[in-house]
Amino acid sequence: MNWRHESAHLHVSGRALYADDVSLAAKALHGAFGLSTIAHGRIRALDTAAVLAAPGVVAVATAGDIPGENNYGSILHDDPIFAPGVVQYAGAPLFAVAATSYAAARKAASRARVEYEPLPAILDIRAALAAQSMVVPTERLERGRPQEVLARSPFRLRGTVEMGGQDHFYLEGQIAIAMPQEDGGMLLISSTQHPAEVQQVVARALAKHANQIVVQCRRMGGGFGGKETQPALIAAAAAVLAHKAGRPVKLRLDRDTDMLMTGKRHDFLADYEVGFDATGRILGLTVVLASRCGYSADLSGPVNDRAMLHIDNTYFLENVSIISYRCRTNTVSNTAFRGFGGPQGMVVIEQIIDAIARTLDLDPLEVRQRNFYGARSRNITHYGQIVADNIIRKLVARLAKSSLYYERRAQIAQWNKQHRIIKRGIALTPVKFGIAFTATMWNRAGALVHVYTDGTVLLNHGGTEMGQGLYTKVAQIVAHELGVPLAAVRVSAADTAKVPNTSASAASSSTDLNGKAAQAAAQAIRARLARVAAETCGVDISTVTFRDGRVFAGQKCFTFAEVVQLANAARISLSSTGYYRTPKIGWDRKSWQGRPFLYFAYGAAVSEVAVDVLTGETQLLQVDILHDAGTSLNPAIDLGQIEGGYLQGVGWLTSEELWWNSAGELRTHAPSTYKIPTARDWPRRFRVELLEGQPNREDTIYRSKAVGEPPLMLSISALLAIGDAVASCGRSGRPVNLTAPATPEAVLRAVEALAADAASCVEPQRMAEADM
Amino acid sequence: MLDAPQLKLRHTAARREVCFLLDGEIVRVENCPPTMTVLEYLREVAHRTGTKEGCAEGDCGACTVVIGERAPNGSGVNYRAVNSCIRFLPTIDGQELVTVESLSGPDGTLHPVQQAMVDHHGSQCGFCTPGFVMSLFALYLRDATPSRDRVVEALSGNLCRCTGYRPIIEAGVQMGSYPQPRRWSRASAATADSRTLLEAIHRTESLHLPGFYAPLTIDEVARALETDPSSVVLAGGTDIGLWVTKQLRDLPPMVYIGSVSELKTIRHEPDGLRVGAAVPLAEAWEALVRLYPRLGEMAQRFGSPPVRNSGTLCGNIANGSPIGDSIPVLIALAAQVELRCGAATRYLPLERLYLGYQRKALASAEFIVSVRIPLPSAGLWFSAYKVSKRFDQDISAIAAAFAVRIECGQVAEIRLAFGGMAEVAARAPAAERALLGGPWNEAAIDAAAARLADDFTPMTDMRASSAYRLRVAGNLLRRCYLEYSEPREPARVADVVAAEGRE
Repeated sequence: MNWRHESAHLHVSGRALYADDVSLAAKALHGAFGLSTIAHGRIRALDTAAVLAAPGVVAVATAGDIPGENNYGSILHDDPIFAPGVVQYAGAPLFAVAATSYAAARKAASRARVEYEPLPAILDIRAALAAQSMVVPTERLERGRPQEVLARSPFRLRGTVEMGGQDHFYLEGQIAIAMPQEDGGMLLISSTQHPAEVQQVVARALAKHANQIVVQCRRMGGGFGGKETQPALIAAAAAVLAHKAGRPVKLRLDRDTDMLMTGKRHDFLADYEVGFDATGRILGLTVVLASRCGYSADLSGPVNDRAMLHIDNTYFLENVSIISYRCRTNTVSNTAFRGFGGPQGMVVIEQIIDAIARTLDLDPLEVRQRNFYGARSRNITHYGQIVADNIIRKLVARLAKSSLYYERRAQIAQWNKQHRIIKRGIALTPVKFGIAFTATMWNRAGALVHVYTDGTVLLNHGGTEMGQGLYTKVAQIVAHELGVPLAAVRVSAADTAKVPNTSASAASSSTDLNGKAAQAAAQAIRARLARVAAETCGVDISTVTFRDGRVFAGQKCFTFAEVVQLANAARISLSSTGYYRTPKIGWDRKSWQGRPFLYFAYGAAVSEVAVDVLTGETQLLQVDILHDAGTSLNPAIDLGQIEGGYLQGVGWLTSEELWWNSAGELRTHAPSTYKIPTARDWPRRFRVELLEGQPNREDTIYRSKAVGEPPLMLSISALLAIGDAVASCGRSGRPVNLTAPATPEAVLRAVEALAADAASCVEPQRMAEADM
Repeated sequence: MLDAPQLKLRHTAARREVCFLLDGEIVRVENCPPTMTVLEYLREVAHRTGTKEGCAEGDCGACTVVIGERAPNGSGVNYRAVNSCIRFLPTIDGQELVTVESLSGPDGTLHPVQQAMVDHHGSQCGFCTPGFVMSLFALYLRDATPSRDRVVEALSGNLCRCTGYRPIIEAGVQMGSYPQPRRWSRASAATADSRTLLEAIHRTESLHLPGFYAPLTIDEVARALETDPSSVVLAGGTDIGLWVTKQLRDLPPMVYIGSVSELKTIRHEPDGLRVGAAVPLAEAWEALVRLYPRLGEMAQRFGSPPVRNSGTLCGNIANGSPIGDSIPVLIALAAQVELRCGAATRYLPLERLYLGYQRKALASAEFIVSVRIPLPSAGLWFSAYKVSKRFDQDISAIAAAFAVRIECGQVAEIRLAFGGMAEVAARAPAAERALLGGPWNEAAIDAAAARLADDFTPMTDMRASSAYRLRVAGNLLRRCYLEYSEPREPARVADVVAAEGRE
């Protein structure tokens, strides 16, 4: 059902409360960070006397003021809350100050005197590779005999694929409020996708136990992965300040601080060599992936793992070798971002396929289809998981037809012959995205459902609401299980005191996990209520049904509230927890073999663009999307994820450019300089549809499929459509070298390289003679 | 808090508190800090937290509110969207403030704009939503059944990271199909009770706060600046606001010119258009586009509606950014600025105002009164271009404006002005020389483009590299020639989109 977002009426009237909107006690203080201004160096002196002396200042906290562990890193403990003597990136937090107003705190923070002894800084991937500077060990995954097969492939291509990172640009910046409680407790309101981790980090930082720390989050103003690990830093700093001042402290980052200080999507470089036959089928592939992780590990291990696991996308790579370098640089520590490495892996293979098609002068779609996983053979991924639910061939065929791909491609070719300045391009790209946390232990969830004697229901679970509609979907599930109207179910803030030890709302899995956990809790309560109704009416329990706010038992019909009251009178518990763990998954990270994912979500998109070859400016003209959400729980919400994910990906691949100067300072740290898409960027012509009649083969909640991350990768079609338009500027047979983001400058560079190449008129490179 | 300016005012009658209208009540703010933003007031003083801060620089629209002002002609109120995060509260003295909380009925009934957003699933995380609602609301009051293009235009200053915008655009297109609300219908804006209340708080004397002086006449402005030349002239505040919210600067005393009615007018004079220093960009661009229709795209892409509703054309000139898009346009149009210092007035060609990065040929206490733009002369070909990473609301990597008069196939007059190519917006003398007096053809254009390297050594920064800027500057000259010689050939991506919109 297309239920509206549970908070829609609050959003539109300004009555939805975000962390910054919560009323605080009059004695509450406001915090601000002091940041490092250099990329790498020893702190010779950090003099905060002037900060403390500034008007309104109550407390200043530096590394030495942290009672417990000075760390917020979740996997490796290598992320200091306050730099302990060495700064590792420009923007690193050095200290925080609490003052009587937000403005006073920010002004005071700028007064610190810091003396550095600069150290050599490694700022980009190439420099890190040269220095072999890594945050976690290099990984290798190999199947078949790629080198051998490459050597005797009829065609070979070498190339480099480059793509930039991406700032999350959630509209609500990072924020936490820390409120000291009696007996050493601390209550935090945090804008976080991972309340349990915030709780753990704050407990360790304050040298307290987990049972003394409570973390709550009703909603976030956007997350996208940027509030998976990063909020622990903000919350820990707020807690340290609150602990020191003995007063509540709200720590809200202004936009610039947020963008300078917090991690982003990893930028990637990939050097590849691919061998293929005259039909475009890939015979052998070697890829060296390298990503900029920043100064610490954060989630870079699993992010890069997922890039390796998605370099196949929908293609069977029989002979493949992947080396993955996780580069340590003196820049902000990159983190989770919608897709979590998957998009970067997919961009690499899609660019490779495109290069193959251009080399052979074939329609890239034809080459894609030729390399698709098979149904019964050629159906095992390079990590050994059988692609059991493969629907990509059918989905792509349907989309190619409904979008008039072939007709439009012909029209575009015609247009490009007739026009010399504005070129058009079109591309269809598929998506196959693995669903589950690759760290198997996180695939779990808990829920807590209370039924009150008036028949209303209060729902709590481990998931967090960041706009994705999780709370709406889980409420729908509970309402369905109890047979009550959706309005009877109230969702409540994520709260570590209600459902403990949760995993992050991430990996697209929140509905799969929390939906199942809430279903279990609701079913437990329903079973108890059914027994009460059956006993009251003297009928068999299996005949009792719940629907439309009523309970039917034999000839009798009760309101839901009546049965609840009967149960209450009979001293039956009206509350239940629910717990869920994803079945069937498990793999060996050492051998890179097994089943990391429960299932795959599929989709495909056709994008059409116009490109100005004088300036490199581009414009999206049309998008057609067909996406697989299994049996959708809420098509309106799923469409919102698909369209929003697509355009967010288009931003990543076109206009959103993170630009550091030679000193390692990020110069794009506000919306004036960092350009995410606007309303005009949504194309005038569009058709976005859910794939109908394809329930999930796996036993997920009502056979739905995860839909948070997969649609982001539909945007690769926009990048390749630009590439297609660029290709029309050169001779056939030449691959396009288009880096992402395809800013006007990057596009013009690609156009001019191709034009120069066409002018020099070199014969197509043929590595070996075809013997077929 | 700032020190009080030591202004010796001739008349002593002055208002000393900020008065404005909110939800039908007159609000009086005493001891208003001069740089308190409207957003700060709403969130921290009035505890109306529906309006959000997303960037504190007027670039994301989460803070959008609507300001109502007595219509100069007629009995109604003009409502327009502005960014509350960079707008100082004293500048809305005498006006009406409308926030997202103002729209719903007392029983919680949603306004059509809000209901359309709900019904079209226009919110996900909801944080940007109040800003979108207010931008759509401002549009609703002017045009309840807008075209898709008008909706997109109205939303170009609002960022949403969740939805992909489709449902929001649809909500905007459909908002007129809902029954008229009891509060805030289109009709209520034209005959607003608010007008009566606005008359009641209409200021007939200056507003004088410590650090903030809002006189009513140009003479008073001139006197105030003479008395304290360290004062800063404040108009729309779309730049000065950021000095406070981003740079955390303590400001010198401000002389606000937004209450000076002489400065708020556009006059059509025999020799051109005269745009007063307090005329908002929205009105100024509208007048410019009427004279020079080929400025349409530039006008649309300059800032965003909330920025254009607050900021002024002369403010953009005074700010003198190397990439302020209006400056190359006005230089190519041979605009002059009217300057006032004490009792003296002088005129200066705009291109001579800029001496170097952030240095202007302005005497102490001298200020801009107006900018004068000549009328189009016969045979003048004029075009302007903006190249940036994003079509809407972006700062240009390069802006260019070209005015060429062709007589008998020869270039009789030429002004080629560029922004983003040097430390100030400037003409390209070598390229102009290459063309002037010669033929107007592709070979001449190529030769002129090659001379741009003599005119400019652009910098590399986050917006573009030096090489790209130089290359594209020449290509824009080629585009200009193409548009002149082959008017049917699409030469901008916007042409393709526009053509499709007409299909």
